[in-house]
Amino acid sequence: MLADFGNLFHGFAVVAQPFNLVLMVIGIVLGVIVGVLPGLGGANGVAILLPLTFSMSPTSAIIMLSCIYWGALFGGAITSILFNIPGEPWSVATTFDGYPMAQKGQAGQALTAAFTSSFVGALFAVLVITLIAPLVANFALKFGPPEIFSVYFLAFCSFVGLSKEPPFKTIASMMLGFGLGAVGLDQMTGQLRLTFGAEQLLNGFDFLIAVIGLFGIGEILLTMEEGLSFRGKTAKLNMKVVLETWARLPRYWLIYLRSCLIGCWMGISPAGATPASFMSYGIAKRISKNGHKFGTGEIEGVVAPETAAHAAGTSALLPMISLGVPGSPTAAVLLGGLLIWGLQPGPLLFTEQKDFVWGLIASMYMGNIVGLLIVLTCVPFFASILRIPFSVIAPIIMVFCAIGAYTVHNNTFDVVMMLVFGVMGYFMKKTNYPLAPMVLAIVLGDKAEEGFRQSLLSSQGNLGVFFSNGLVSTIMTLGLIALFWPVIQTLLVRARDLINGTLRPAG
Amino acid sequence: MESRNRFFFAGAALVGGVLALSGPARAWEPTHPIEIVVPAGTGGGADQMARVMQGIISKHGLSKQSIVVINKSGGAGGEGFLDVKNSKGDDHKLIITLSNLFTTPLATGIPFSWKDLTPVAMMALDEFILWVNADKPYKTAKDYIDAIKAAPDNTFKMGGTGSKQEDQIITIAIEKVIGKKLTYIPYKGGGEVAVQLVGGHVDSTVNNPIEAVAHWRAGKLRPLCVFDSKRLDYHDKITGNMSWNDIPTCKESGLDIEYLMLRGYFMPPGVSKDAVAYYVDLFKKVRETPEWKKLMNDGAYNQSFMTGEAYVKWLESAEKLHEDLMRSAGFLAKK
Repeated sequence: MLADFGNLFHGFAVVAQPFNLVLMVIGIVLGVIVGVLPGLGGANGVAILLPLTFSMSPTSAIIMLSCIYWGALFGGAITSILFNIPGEPWSVATTFDGYPMAQKGQAGQALTAAFTSSFVGALFAVLVITLIAPLVANFALKFGPPEIFSVYFLAFCSFVGLSKEPPFKTIASMMLGFGLGAVGLDQMTGQLRLTFGAEQLLNGFDFLIAVIGLFGIGEILLTMEEGLSFRGKTAKLNMKVVLETWARLPRYWLIYLRSCLIGCWMGISPAGATPASFMSYGIAKRISKNGHKFGTGEIEGVVAPETAAHAAGTSALLPMISLGVPGSPTAAVLLGGLLIWGLQPGPLLFTEQKDFVWGLIASMYMGNIVGLLIVLTCVPFFASILRIPFSVIAPIIMVFCAIGAYTVHNNTFDVVMMLVFGVMGYFMKKTNYPLAPMVLAIVLGDKAEEGFRQSLLSSQGNLGVFFSNGLVSTIMTLGLIALFWPVIQTLLVRARDLINGTLRPAG
Repeated sequence: MESRNRFFFAGAALVGGVLALSGPARAWEPTHPIEIVVPAGTGGGADQMARVMQGIISKHGLSKQSIVVINKSGGAGGEGFLDVKNSKGDDHKLIITLSNLFTTPLATGIPFSWKDLTPVAMMALDEFILWVNADKPYKTAKDYIDAIKAAPDNTFKMGGTGSKQEDQIITIAIEKVIGKKLTYIPYKGGGEVAVQLVGGHVDSTVNNPIEAVAHWRAGKLRPLCVFDSKRLDYHDKITGNMSWNDIPTCKESGLDIEYLMLRGYFMPPGVSKDAVAYYVDLFKKVRETPEWKKLMNDGAYNQSFMTGEAYVKWLESAEKLHEDLMRSAGFLAKK
């Protein structure tokens, strides 16, 4: 343990070299840019910039690349809040309250809350990695198919029944999402599903294309109908906003703690940042006193998903280092980088490549601090984007959306699909069908299905596998409680009334 | 974008022209970045090889143009193959293949065959090894086979990458030799499969060496036998007392199965002969670099290198083998 701290301080010394610090700042700035462009995403950004790093030492290279990763995590929040376009999949939940806040003229507050929450989540995860890395790596090994399915089950359950729309519309929207998510190759049988012989559909509907269309294009269509102007251009444009928001944040410590734990768990297990953000938002809405106001611009609705997403994104690097299995697409590209630098990810990396591992961990601390400083100083600048006339910014957004949709698979058909999703998003909003359940189903549906079918294959069709050990039973039970929470709550209230009712005459 | 590209084009052509004048005559040079399509996801064996080659080429300045690696993994790689098939005459596009070159069109009925493409070179063949968890009592392939034979059908679980692809083909071959059924569980990637074995969620895997070597070194996994005709020719100690060479072949352990996977390059149809010659030459240079040798060593690859006629012959026989294996397993798509 003490030796580890020695290593960590040695890591700080490595990171603090001027050359590495410069790389860090460059990495963060590039990352923010990459995160802002919808569709480009951290994974693509890192992949494009990976060749630049081949001539550097592995430690410098990983510092720069991981900083791109942090930058992208920060950047994803910006477009979600300002334009309702999530730049990254895990930013979708941030739009639910972040965008309404921006419309109310609180873009500065929302951005500050998002950035600060990101920082807190990431810092918590790095602390977890520093202190209990070996323990945590073993925890990840416990996750077989039933456990993985149970995690997705919990994510769905904690999110179902949240929207204000009628339950049947929510279910219809979610089922449509499952249907769209099923298009493409069936991983379990190796056969094509729902492609009707069309080559363009081989790849299925990528989640990012759907999100860019449904949210980004759909929102622009709505704004056009409502009179070609942004609401929320009255946003305050000075650094005082940052300090004022900071003064409000400490009272949400419980949300922070819960979101950090959810995030770390999902990042390590490895379900990833996207279910973490949805789950954290869902649970915050259930538990918070202001839960009924979620979706109208509550700051807690920004804090919860952002904290969890970043805790997950950061802790996702742990399984990559210790097991060689990436917890996110970006981590997968970083993994490729490790191999090129001649490092072998796996359980022995911690003992064989101390300099590298502790340099990476030290760069997580430093990178996040530097990143927070950079993005916070830019808050007024970002918020001022809303002052640009809609007629100027809307075409620019459209272009970025199209580039983003194209970049996901380098496929022009995806740009067409994005426009179709845009029109669909517009009509769904007009007819009060919620978008979030559909998005959740597209992104997690096929993974949940995969876990479910793998479990049933190994148990030969016995559903008991989902309650076969303590870990999976606990998660499944939590899921069921979350699913039936409204019913349970009603019963509890009734039971209390009953007890009160019987006690009152006696008292 | 358009005008920038054109400018870039002109600049590159100019550089190329000057070089052609000054140096010994070279028939063809790339004039803009070269694209390598990977018909699989990030982090897999093909992706690793493409990215390492990208790194080697840029680090040693082997090509005037940079390399771009693009993953097109949709439809078990069908997306990538169709993309290259439809880029007729594009001298700046390559695709790196794995066994899905044969299995994907057979299993899904996608209108594609390797004969639609221009073969360039075989870079290496990837080995398959039968792995079990090191905590299990099976010390040899025979121990494990005996345990499978002693238990009812479907008791033992084999984890593998994808469905109706190489891992499942080997599993079916094992079932045929032993005469017992295994439960095959498909996962997305080889790294994930290895971790599932470490976690004890499956009983065995047929991971490629590079996917499982880290866990072997950490003492978590145990190799039982290699699916090749002879032992691997790598004698450096990987763990305390074992090298790749110490792993017996499956044949000598009573499991007479051989399977090797192609790691080779193709180009779109209708490309110029000179361009193909350029890439063959480029790959030969890549093979001489220390980084490439390290990759071969780490992954215990079979370092067969083939081009031209020999490569085409190999492909023809490999296609026939896959068709036979997949027909007898009932994996062919219904026409």
